[in-house]
Amino acid sequence: MNYFPDEVVEHVFDFITSHKDRNSVSLVCKSWYKIERYSRQRVFIGNCYSITPQRLIARFPGLKSLTLKGKPHFADFNLVPHDWGGFVDPWIKALAKSRIGLEELRLKRMVVSDDSLELLSKSFPNFKSLVLVSCEGFTTDGVAAIAANCRFLRELDLQENEVEDHRGHWLSCFPESCTSLVSLNFACLKGEINLASLERLVARSPNLKSLRLNRVVPLNTLQNLLMRAPQLVDLGIGSYVDDPSSEVFSKLKAVIQLCNSIRSLSGFLEVAPCCMSAIYPICENLTFLNLSYAPGLQGNDLTKLVQHCRKLQRLWILDCIGDKGLGVVASTCKELQELRVFPSDPFDAGNAAVTEEGLVLISAGCPKLNSLLYFCHQMTNAALITVAKNCTNFIRFRLCILDPVKADPVTNQPLDEGFGAIVRSNKSLKRLSLSGLLTDQVFLYIGMYAKKLEMLSIAFAGDSNKGMLYVLNGCKKLRKLEIRDCPFGDVALLEDMGKYETMRSLWMSSCEVTHGACKTLAKKMPSLNVEIINESEQLEFSLDDRLLVDKMYLYRTLVGHRKDKPEYVLLL
Amino acid sequence: MSSENGKRFLETDAGGLNFEATELTLGLPGEPRVTSDGGAKLGSKRGFSETVDLKLGDNSQEVKLGHSLQEAAKSPVSKTQVVGWPPVRGFAKRGKKSCKYVKVAVDGAPYLRKVDLEIYNSYQQLLTSLEDMFSCFTIRNYLNEKKTDQVNGIEYMPTYEDKDGDWMLVGDVPWQMFVESCKRLRLMKSSEAVGLGLTTGPKYSSTN
Repeated sequence: MNYFPDEVVEHVFDFITSHKDRNSVSLVCKSWYKIERYSRQRVFIGNCYSITPQRLIARFPGLKSLTLKGKPHFADFNLVPHDWGGFVDPWIKALAKSRIGLEELRLKRMVVSDDSLELLSKSFPNFKSLVLVSCEGFTTDGVAAIAANCRFLRELDLQENEVEDHRGHWLSCFPESCTSLVSLNFACLKGEINLASLERLVARSPNLKSLRLNRVVPLNTLQNLLMRAPQLVDLGIGSYVDDPSSEVFSKLKAVIQLCNSIRSLSGFLEVAPCCMSAIYPICENLTFLNLSYAPGLQGNDLTKLVQHCRKLQRLWILDCIGDKGLGVVASTCKELQELRVFPSDPFDAGNAAVTEEGLVLISAGCPKLNSLLYFCHQMTNAALITVAKNCTNFIRFRLCILDPVKADPVTNQPLDEGFGAIVRSNKSLKRLSLSGLLTDQVFLYIGMYAKKLEMLSIAFAGDSNKGMLYVLNGCKKLRKLEIRDCPFGDVALLEDMGKYETMRSLWMSSCEVTHGACKTLAKKMPSLNVEIINESEQLEFSLDDRLLVDKMYLYRTLVGHRKDKPEYVLLL
Repeated sequence: MSSENGKRFLETDAGGLNFEATELTLGLPGEPRVTSDGGAKLGSKRGFSETVDLKLGDNSQEVKLGHSLQEAAKSPVSKTQVVGWPPVRGFAKRGKKSCKYVKVAVDGAPYLRKVDLEIYNSYQQLLTSLEDMFSCFTIRNYLNEKKTDQVNGIEYMPTYEDKDGDWMLVGDVPWQMFVESCKRLRLMKSSEAVGLGLTTGPKYSSTN
C-alpha cells in the first residue's frame, strides 16, 4: 500500500465505514493516520467528556456527521441528578466557529438548549439531519428554529425527549420551499400542532418515508396524511380513536390498503381497540411493530393483531399480552429477532402478566431470536436453562424481574445457574442485564464464558468483592459496567486499575466503595475522571476516607477534568 | 460502626471483617443505611435460612448465601419502592390510561364530587381546585400555613384512602406516588382531627 498515492489509499478507505475499522486503520502508520483523518466524515463519541470539540475539529476537518452521548445509562432511571452535565452547547458553539460543514447531529442523553438549536440551524447551510434521543432542556421554540432555518432538512427525529411544549406553531415554521423531508418523528411532543400545516407539509414531501405523529393528531388527519403519503415505510400513529361505523373510518380502511410499503408501525398513543381491524391488511408486511406506548390495547387485542404479523422481526409490546399471547407470537412470528416486553404496571405485582412461561415459548418458537428485553414477575432456573438450549444467538439479553431479589419461586434457589446457562451457550453475547436473587457464582460464570461481553448491568446482586473481580478479570471486551446496590467495595475497585482504561465507563452506586479508594484510584490513574456524586450532603465534603460513596462514575478521558460540573459532583 | 449524621463508614478493625459494612439493605431513599444498634432493621435482609425452609434434593450442595433475604422481598415490590427500580424509562407514559377520577367527600356536605387527579401536577393545584369546588370551606393547607379562615372559619384536613384501605394524610408522599395509590379523598373537619394528634404537617417541598 505504500506505493500507492494517497488518493488511491483514500479511495480504498471509502469502503471502510464502521467506526471500529476506521479507528483501527488510523493506527497502522503515520501516513494512514493522516489519510484517514482527512477523509473521515462520520465520528462517534460515546462519552462527550472523553474529548473536547476543539480536538475533534482539529483532527477531522472533513467532519459531516457527529454522534455524541452524554449522561450515563442509569440517568434513564433517575439515578443521575438533574444538571449533572452532558451539555451540547460547547460542541455546537465550537463547530459553528469552525469551517466544519456539519450535516448530521445525533445526540443521546444530552442537555440541549433552544439557543443551541438556533445556532445549529443557522450555522450549517447543508445541515440535513437532527436526531435527539432521551435529551432534555429545549422547547418547541428550538424545534421551530430547526424547521425554519434548515433549508435542506431531511431528518428531524425526536425520540423520548423531555420537551417543554410552547403549543407549537413549530410545524408551521417549515417554509413552503422545504420539500426535502425524509423522516419526521415528533411522537414525544405533548402539545397541539397545526393539523393543516402538517397535511400541507406531508403533501409537499415526496421523499417522506418515516412519519411518527404525536397523540394530538386525530384519526381523520391520519387518513388525510396517508392519502398524500402512501409511500411511507415507517408510520407512528398518534390518536387512533373513532367510531368504526363512521365514514372517516371507512375512508381510512380504504387508504390503509394502499399503503403497502409500510414495514414499521408504532404509536397508538390513544386507541380504540375496535378500530384495530383496519390495520390488519398492512400487518402481513410488517417487520417492526412497537405497541409499547399503547396501554389502551388489552391482551386479546394484541394477540389478534400479532396473528397477522408473520414477517415480524422486531416486536416491542406491553406485558398485558400475557404468556398465552407470547405463545401466539411464538407460533406466528418465525422471523422474530428482537423482543421487548415492557411492564404496564411496574408497581403492582398483583397481576402476573408475563412469567418465565412466555419466555420459554418464545425461545422455542423463534429460532432467530438474538435480542431480548423482558420485564416479568418471576423467572426460574429451569426456564433459563431451556431458553439457553433453544437460543444460542443472543447478542443482547436483558432480563428484569420486577422484584429485584426474587429467587426461583419453584426451587427457592438463586438464579445463578440459569444465567450461567445463558452465557455459556450464547458465545456472541455483547450486552447482559441481570436481576433476581444472585450470588457471586453468577459472576464466576460470566467471567468464564461471556468473552464477548461489552456491557453489563447489575443490581442487588452478589455476595462479595469476588463477584466484581470475576467480571473484571474474565470479560476482556468489557466497555461499560454499571452496578447498583451490590456488596462490591474497595478491594474489587482497586485490584486492576489499568482495566478501566480499556473501558468507556464504570458506574457504582449504593455499593461499598469508600472515598479513600476513589481518591487512590484517581491519583494513580490520571487518564480517568473519577466523579463522586453526592447530593445529600451539599458542600460538606468532609473527606473522611472511610466514608462510603453514594454514587461514583468514572470514565477514561484524554482531556482531564471537565469544567462544567455542578456543585454536588466532586472530581477527584 | 459509627453513624454520625447518617453518613456511612467503613471501619476496619485490626484484622476484622466488616460484616456490617457489607450488609445489603433495601432502604427507602433518604434513609440512613446504618442504625446505631447495628441490628436488624426495617429494610435489612434476614438470614436466608430463617425465611425459607431449604428442602434441597439429595445432592444438597448447601447454597451458602453470603447475604440475607429480606422478608419484604416476598411481598410485592410496591410495598417498598426503590429509587430507579424497575429500570424502565418513561413507564409513567406507558402506564394505564391517563385518567384517574376519585370521589371527594367533605364532612358536612350532602353530596360527593369527583376529581380527575391526572389533570393536576402538584398538591398545591389539587388543594386549590378542591377549595374552588367546595368554596364555602377552608382546607387546611400545610404547604401554605398563611391560609386564613374565610367564610365560616371551619378548617378541613385533606385525607385520602390508599390502595391498602388505609386513611392517610394528604401530602406525605411524592405527588406521583399519591396519584397512583389514592382511591378516594375525604376532607375531614379539623376539629375531629385534633383528637388524633395531627398537628404537624408533612415535611415536603412545595416545588413538587
